[in-house]
Amino acid sequence: MTTTTTTRQRTSEPRGVVVARRVGAPLAGLAGLLAIGWAIGFLVEPDGPARLLAGIYGFVGLEGEAQAIRERGIPSLTSKLVLGVVALTVGVGAVWAVFIGANAAVERLGARWRAQVLPWVFIGPALLLLGAFLVFPMASTIGTSLSEGEGAAGNFGFVFSDASMLIALRNNVLWLLLATGGSVALGLVIAMLVDRVKREALAKTFIFLPMAISMVGAAVIWRFVYAWAPAGQPQIGGANAIWTAFGNDPVAWLQVPTLNTFALILIMVWLQTGFAMVILSAAIKGLPSEVIEAARIDGARESQVFFRIVVPMIRGSIITVATTIAIVVLKVFDIVFVTTGGRFESDVVANRMFTEFFRFRNFGHAAALAVVLFIAVVPIMVINVRNLRRQGIGS
Amino acid sequence: MTASRGSVHLPRWERIVRAAPVRIAVVLIVAVWSLPTVGLFVSSLRPSANIRASGWWEAVLHPFESAQWTVANYAGVLGADGMGEAFLNSIIVTIPATAIPITMAAFAAYAFAWMRFPGRGILFALVVGLLVVPIQMALIPVLRLYTQLDLNGTFVGTWLAHAGFGLPLAIFLLFNFISQIPRDLIESAHIDGASHYQVFTRLVLPLAIPALASFAIFQFLWVWNDLLVALVYLGTDSEVATMPARLNELVGSKGEAWHVLTAGAFLTMIVPLVVFLALQRYFVRGILTGSVKA
Repeated sequence: MTTTTTTRQRTSEPRGVVVARRVGAPLAGLAGLLAIGWAIGFLVEPDGPARLLAGIYGFVGLEGEAQAIRERGIPSLTSKLVLGVVALTVGVGAVWAVFIGANAAVERLGARWRAQVLPWVFIGPALLLLGAFLVFPMASTIGTSLSEGEGAAGNFGFVFSDASMLIALRNNVLWLLLATGGSVALGLVIAMLVDRVKREALAKTFIFLPMAISMVGAAVIWRFVYAWAPAGQPQIGGANAIWTAFGNDPVAWLQVPTLNTFALILIMVWLQTGFAMVILSAAIKGLPSEVIEAARIDGARESQVFFRIVVPMIRGSIITVATTIAIVVLKVFDIVFVTTGGRFESDVVANRMFTEFFRFRNFGHAAALAVVLFIAVVPIMVINVRNLRRQGIGS
Repeated sequence: MTASRGSVHLPRWERIVRAAPVRIAVVLIVAVWSLPTVGLFVSSLRPSANIRASGWWEAVLHPFESAQWTVANYAGVLGADGMGEAFLNSIIVTIPATAIPITMAAFAAYAFAWMRFPGRGILFALVVGLLVVPIQMALIPVLRLYTQLDLNGTFVGTWLAHAGFGLPLAIFLLFNFISQIPRDLIESAHIDGASHYQVFTRLVLPLAIPALASFAIFQFLWVWNDLLVALVYLGTDSEVATMPARLNELVGSKGEAWHVLTAGAFLTMIVPLVVFLALQRYFVRGILTGSVKA
């Protein structure tokens, strides 16, 4: 209702305001474009902030200070703050200004033209960015994997026959099965359990909290848990403290092949269980309680209620959770990169892709690895989207 | 399905006993889930010699020996180890990299939902399809493009990359929300003479605030926590390195200096934890409506 009244008011605005709006909006758009152009130049220059500050000082008449900055530069903190302010004004303000200006320009056109051009003004910037950062790169990477390096046969042959690659592929399968399965199963069990306690929201927050942490941060947290010291020395890592308390020798969890992959998978489970729990908990709460009560009255055991009624009824949500986590797990990079760097037979495809790409500059291998990752993700995504359609989301 | 429902007629003590196993299980799970982070935080407040001499739990068991607590680790990490500058860099990277895709996606989602134009269906299917593309597919060509444009190691390049990679999910989430606005509401605004731009800014955007907030939190956490894009397009120079990139450098150069790593890791976690705890409601709503980030 409020909108209809404001639009009515606008038609009876004083003439001056209308003129100001007509002239102002295109000017704002032009200014926005200029600001973006200038800012890109400015932000790429290392001494941009110093020059800008000197310019401002000169403009307001503080020629002495301006001269001092030109000669000696400015402290890095000040430079950073100037950069930050420019970044925010341009990144946030100028993008809006361009939309305002383009829209105003289009509204000048006749009604027929306007209806045809305006949609492209609205989706144009998004399409441009999607084209530059996803569509074109996708085609280009496929091309690279087929033609550069050792050619298609060599690049993909490396992926599927190199001894270290076979280990990485095996590890990805382990990750996919165990990290996905572990997170979903634990998330489901915890969702059922917290449903029956009083401080449910608080308990959930603790489980969910790792979702906010970066994988790098999580990797450091768990590197500390898995810390190892020779037998006889104090064990400062939680895992070895517990392990040696039972009279065992300390284990270098991150350096023993295959055991280290399981140790890393545990980090992912720790990170993703909260996500599974939140979605599955919402699904469980959405179940009609009569059905479950009726089963209990008919004498069903709790395990039967769980496996025969709850799980089948929230099947859609379980698929959503499993596919979403599976996609994250397939592309796991940070955890491996920070903890083991892929050594000790703990490599995975995404980490190897980074190594080939950034360290060895073997773009043919790297592109082939990216394509393999892409092909692995597609079927999971198809299941996910189909499942969402069935539930009536996103259709 | 609460524990008390089936047992209302039981005496109080028996209800407590019956509920006990579940409660104990939940408390145990919460403890196991929190201990790794607690251990990190406690260690970040201990002098380096103490960290190496005994487990962090020893400090918790003797909390009143004040000599064993220190904030010197944080001072060192913020200053000499460059986390202070990395914090500023992270802010400079994250805020525009969140704002730019939201703005573009909101306009695009409105057009897909409420404007008629040729190719609308195909283009929208394409956008949803791009959800599948792993970031790895884009790394090499975008790096080459940036080399030509001289954008490697710049904040601008990083914002644009994050914006591009975040757009499919942003458009998808916002479309799901914006297309659900009742048709009558939009049409009556048009009948009153409002242009698309006015309908968008005065009617749709205010209504879409919950969806905008959910995506903003997603993208903010994603960009703040990102390592891959930061390493490839910004690099590890202290001038530009973000907190995760810096922390990763510290792991590489000071892998056993736990007083540095624990304090550094905790610093990188503060902002996302605050954002997350303050806006948890929006975050949960967001993942409940469309959890399909590729």
